[in-house]
Amino acid sequence: MDPRVAGRAHRLNPFSLLVRDAGWFGVVAIILLIALVGGTLLVLLTASPAAVLATQLADPYLYRVVGFTVWQASLSTLLSVLLAIPTARAFARRDQFPGRGALLRLMGLPIVTPVIVAVLGIVAVYGESGLLNRYLEPIGLSWRGHFYGLTGILLAHVFFNLPLSIRMLLPAWERIPGENWRLAAQLGMTASQRFRQVEWPALVGVLPGTISVVFLLCFTSFAVVLVLGGGPRATTIEVAIYQALRFDFEPGLAAWLALGQLGICLILVVALHRWLRAQPVSRGLKTGQPRALGFDSVGQRWFDGILLTAVCGFVALPLAAVIWLGLNGPLARVLSNATLWSAAGRSALISTLATTLALTLAFGLTLSARRLSTRHRQQAAEGLLLAGSMTLAVPPMVIGSGLFLLLLPLGLTFDIATALVAIVNATLILPYLVRTIGPALMNSGARYQRLCLQLGMSGWQRFRLIDWPLLRKPLGFAVALAATLSFGDMGVAALFDTTGMLTLPVMLYHQLGAYRFNEAAVTALVLIVLCALVFVVVERLVGQWRS
Amino acid sequence: MKLIYHLLAATGIALASASVWADKPALTVYTYDSFVSDWGPGPIITKAFEATCGCQLKLVGLEDGAALLSRLKMEGKRSRADVILGLDTSLTGEAAATGLLAPHGVELSQLDLAIDWSDKVFLPYDYGYFAFVYDSDRLTAPPTSLRALVNDANGPKIIIQDPRTSTPGLGFLLWMRQVFGNDTSEAWKKLAPRILTVTKGWSEAYGLFLEEEALMVLSYTTSPAYHRHVDKTERYRAAAFSEGHYAQIEVAAKVAHSPNQALADQFLAFMLSPEFQNIIPTTNWMYPATRSHTALPAAFNGLVSPKTTLLFDASVVARQRKIWIREWLDALTD
Repeated sequence: MDPRVAGRAHRLNPFSLLVRDAGWFGVVAIILLIALVGGTLLVLLTASPAAVLATQLADPYLYRVVGFTVWQASLSTLLSVLLAIPTARAFARRDQFPGRGALLRLMGLPIVTPVIVAVLGIVAVYGESGLLNRYLEPIGLSWRGHFYGLTGILLAHVFFNLPLSIRMLLPAWERIPGENWRLAAQLGMTASQRFRQVEWPALVGVLPGTISVVFLLCFTSFAVVLVLGGGPRATTIEVAIYQALRFDFEPGLAAWLALGQLGICLILVVALHRWLRAQPVSRGLKTGQPRALGFDSVGQRWFDGILLTAVCGFVALPLAAVIWLGLNGPLARVLSNATLWSAAGRSALISTLATTLALTLAFGLTLSARRLSTRHRQQAAEGLLLAGSMTLAVPPMVIGSGLFLLLLPLGLTFDIATALVAIVNATLILPYLVRTIGPALMNSGARYQRLCLQLGMSGWQRFRLIDWPLLRKPLGFAVALAATLSFGDMGVAALFDTTGMLTLPVMLYHQLGAYRFNEAAVTALVLIVLCALVFVVVERLVGQWRS
Repeated sequence: MKLIYHLLAATGIALASASVWADKPALTVYTYDSFVSDWGPGPIITKAFEATCGCQLKLVGLEDGAALLSRLKMEGKRSRADVILGLDTSLTGEAAATGLLAPHGVELSQLDLAIDWSDKVFLPYDYGYFAFVYDSDRLTAPPTSLRALVNDANGPKIIIQDPRTSTPGLGFLLWMRQVFGNDTSEAWKKLAPRILTVTKGWSEAYGLFLEEEALMVLSYTTSPAYHRHVDKTERYRAAAFSEGHYAQIEVAAKVAHSPNQALADQFLAFMLSPEFQNIIPTTNWMYPATRSHTALPAAFNGLVSPKTTLLFDASVVARQRKIWIREWLDALTD
């Protein structure tokens, strides 16, 4: 409905009000999202008898699993984000050293590496017989016998999420107006005062989104937790969901567990957003860099240097192990295999479809959220952004199986398998897009809403001239991340048919399943190189597109 | 909603009629993905079968045997599968209970398995034994029995798979149960300190083992044959356990409502032919199920051949699986 038409109506029901304030784009996006998640859960819920469910849901073991899931996810998030804040700050302060761009791109790689490859890389460096243990043991430092368990889980989660958090937090510093720094200099603020008064207000705009994405990722982590957790004591709800769908075939139980997972995540994320409320960042000029104001001390330079070296080393070592293994594998044989390249093509197709779909949904949600917030409907705005980032809490297996059951009566599941995999992938990458585009758009709204009203600027023109320049950098990163995530994701391909759905990650699993570990190492290398390439190209294309 | 269904259905029909294989009859076989991969038996078998059947063989690769079963349960009577291939004896009990599968009607005397086989629904195509594979460079005296592995507090560290998510994991659970009976829970507790980790699937476990994280990994007696045949190394060996080894018998079955009964029968018969059986050892790394194959490849010489074959009846597994998994969980989590 045209919002102006809706506005003329005398009495409006809440839905028309929402359409009026949010715009149809966002309303359609949110309806699609709810229909997808709700529909898949519903079809699973109705697929198994309720009587058995009650006893299964009352099982005390289940509550231990929930407890462990929350515990490991909280610790992993805390560690990742606490380390990411000073590291992102160091990246922001050292904005000119050679290799900075390459290091930042390196930060995009861990999260897109297929889990099994990353785990083998992590173990090769930090494991019981890993590189570090081998060199540290002779000098009496060793964690032999202590790696598998919480240590391994935390280490892997920090490996995946610390770089992601750094990249998600970094834009905060770029948004701090130069006036604020100059004011801080005039007032003679100390480093800690500057952090509290100047940096924190900017940080708090991106922090809740970053924390919630990382938390959801750790909460729903599955293979990593099992492999490095050392035994069934380390079990997440996701394992129980997989077991229910795969081995026990109790779709109803799986759906209830997924709902429970969604509920717990929702409560925690909402609480977090209440606690860390975003403050509007004041507008200003991008002049007066902190370094020019004499804030930079020798101590700070050393601190930043050591921190950046340590963090980049920590992230780069397992990746280097993966690359090393790949370079030592049968390169020529794997690279000359035509299947590899057709698999890469299929991965690219799925990635393009998924990213397009997710980007459309993300723009729908974030533009509407901004519209709502400029009309003082803050809660509805936050609700839209929240909905867009909660899809990470719904296991892809559940969405995949639900879609499968939903489409089964049509007998279409073979013919549109590619589309189905792309849809499931889109729900997985949506949160990254929403959480990166969201703050940038909101910020641009807060700064320029009045100016735009004054100039009568709206729609495409406003997007192109006002939003785009502020958006393109974070968007470039987000789209690159989303595209590579979907590119490297095994996702639910195996749920449909791996013969017809031979993507690169599926091919990798085929090789592993056939003892071809050295060929798989080469495939992993190709996958990482292609991911890095896609990342750089997309980030460049989107990030530097002049409107 | 209904309108959307109709629209989608119309597109579906349009797509299906446009497909190229509409002229030849097609036989759809659901299987697991290491069967269909470039290195598995799939490509060779497709060629051989299509040469004789005048049909198209459509192999659908799903993640593993468990995925196969859950797919069948999900689809029920709507399944497009004519044959399912790749369940093992720890899943057949539950598969039979779906009532979706039909008797194979194949003469069983040609079978040559480690045990007698009389099942009328499931037809074996290969078999193997679970075993702990060890690295002989680093472990010179591997345990010689499951009891020794469990009881030796200073024994080697092992990596196993999770019985909740993987078929080898479930196989080991059944193996423990066969050897320790009602004392299995105690045995798990004794073994626990030496279980380095429990992985989601075979690939993770084997990958960690190759990175030398543990001295032994749960795999198959035939795994060393791969390393000999392809890597040309004797380094990885399977430890022979005196109690015997738990068997994995892989089977196929015909889907009852399939419109292609004659083709499905033809495929099941083909499955026991020398053409199919001969390629099993070096593609699926398992033993052929019949006598009709030619001699095993040299890489299979001197592999551990268990004196006793351990195997639960499929109906016992179907009944007890959840209870025993719970016992395993309780033993390893408190």
